[in-house]
Amino acid sequence: MWNWDMFFGSLPMVFKGMWVTLGVTIACYLFAMVFGFVWVFLKRIPFKPIQWIVSIILEFIRSTPPLVQLFFLFFGLPMVPYIGVSLSPLTVAVIGLGVHFSTYISEIYRSGIESVDKGQWEASIALNLSVKDKWIKVILPQAIPPTIPMLGNYLIIMFKEVPLTSTVGVAGMLFMADKFGARNWAYLEPYTLVAIFFLLLSYPSAVLIKKLENKLNRRFDKKAPLGAKNLKKGVAIDG
Amino acid sequence: MAEPVVKYKNVTKSFGEVDVLKGINLDIAPAEKIALIGPSGSGKTTIIRLLMTLEEPTSGIIEVNSQNLWQMEKKGKMVRANEKHLRQIRGDIGMVFQHFNLFPHMTILENCMTGPIHVKGQSKEEARKNAIEMLEKVGLGDKVDNFPNQLSGGQKQRVAMARALVMRPKVMLFDEVTSALDPELVGEVLEVIREIAKEGEMAMILVTHEMDFARDVADRIIFLEDGVISEQGTPEEVLGNTKSERLQKFLSRFRS
Repeated sequence: MWNWDMFFGSLPMVFKGMWVTLGVTIACYLFAMVFGFVWVFLKRIPFKPIQWIVSIILEFIRSTPPLVQLFFLFFGLPMVPYIGVSLSPLTVAVIGLGVHFSTYISEIYRSGIESVDKGQWEASIALNLSVKDKWIKVILPQAIPPTIPMLGNYLIIMFKEVPLTSTVGVAGMLFMADKFGARNWAYLEPYTLVAIFFLLLSYPSAVLIKKLENKLNRRFDKKAPLGAKNLKKGVAIDG
Repeated sequence: MAEPVVKYKNVTKSFGEVDVLKGINLDIAPAEKIALIGPSGSGKTTIIRLLMTLEEPTSGIIEVNSQNLWQMEKKGKMVRANEKHLRQIRGDIGMVFQHFNLFPHMTILENCMTGPIHVKGQSKEEARKNAIEMLEKVGLGDKVDNFPNQLSGGQKQRVAMARALVMRPKVMLFDEVTSALDPELVGEVLEVIREIAKEGEMAMILVTHEMDFARDVADRIIFLEDGVISEQGTPEEVLGNTKSERLQKFLSRFRS
């Protein structure tokens, strides 16, 4: 039955695991954000075979469960002849979840980039901007802000997927609760505690993201007493 | 006559099955002002979009300052121009769009500084000074720190002109720049173009439906129909007493 001693007894271990979970989440997320860009740019190479190959790889990564990918990287990869290497649990977690989520994040980037008006690309050409300046000064500053809420949602989704990495030995909250449970033959309390921690961390984040979204939606309206009716997704249709 | 700044040599453009331009031959002298008129779908806009490198011609040659725009020499053969080649040549071309295409995330001053700083390598101070000067010239000196969507359509279009002018192009293209404006705002934009035209250093190609304006500003008016130049000449010749029945029919729509 419920035992408060077990509940509070597991607290230090789960708390310690929380830092690992948070750290892995952030590392995976940064990896996914950067790698998401790599996919976007690979897919934009104007050479069909490369685009096909990239599409197939993306489809493959998206259609296989992250848990299978983690197992493959941790248990399978070392057995591949010649190129097989053993990776630490943390490396597997960051690469596995990071690559998996980068495919979704690249899709978000793509939608953001496509939401930028065609005229913006043409104006960049007319001003003779370099490809680099076109992206950095014109396209991305307009493409990224509208995607921030979606990117935030994926941060929370990813956070909730991180316990998967306990299966390859990353000592996050679930892993620590497991350990405590095995030692004391008490699972109910530490698992409950893990759930509470997840709730306490993800709910406020979701609220924050919602607030950010509202703020972003209002951003252009405030500045736009004259042209507000022409606004869509924060980008003026005619501007 | 001075060496043309732009030359179209038998230029064609097709979009899929549709032949939009069917062999355009056109020389543009330095500082010449040309008005392109014609029914919609006649290919007026496509002509200037090819020069701005927004579209690639299907065949033919476009030269800017006697340099081939869309082809370059590589190992003794002419091949399709790469981005580097295009960038080197299109610096002399500027364009103002029907829908302004201002950068909405920048103030209008920043809109006018981006090109000079990143393309022409001007210092921030220099670019700022030139941009403010140009914005004053188009009558927006008091709006420099506003964002584009705080401006009216006419003001936006004047910013777009300032943004193109600070790049000091040799040829400036105007793509139906008043078509998206409310009627009461057309005048202020045409006024600025008249001013620019008077200064005279720059060649200008104006795609327009404003016949009175074309008559005022242009040295030569070109009537385009079904992808070919069917009439051209001075405003008097083309708008005054043309013998072409189709041109007369086209023009009658603008007389009330």
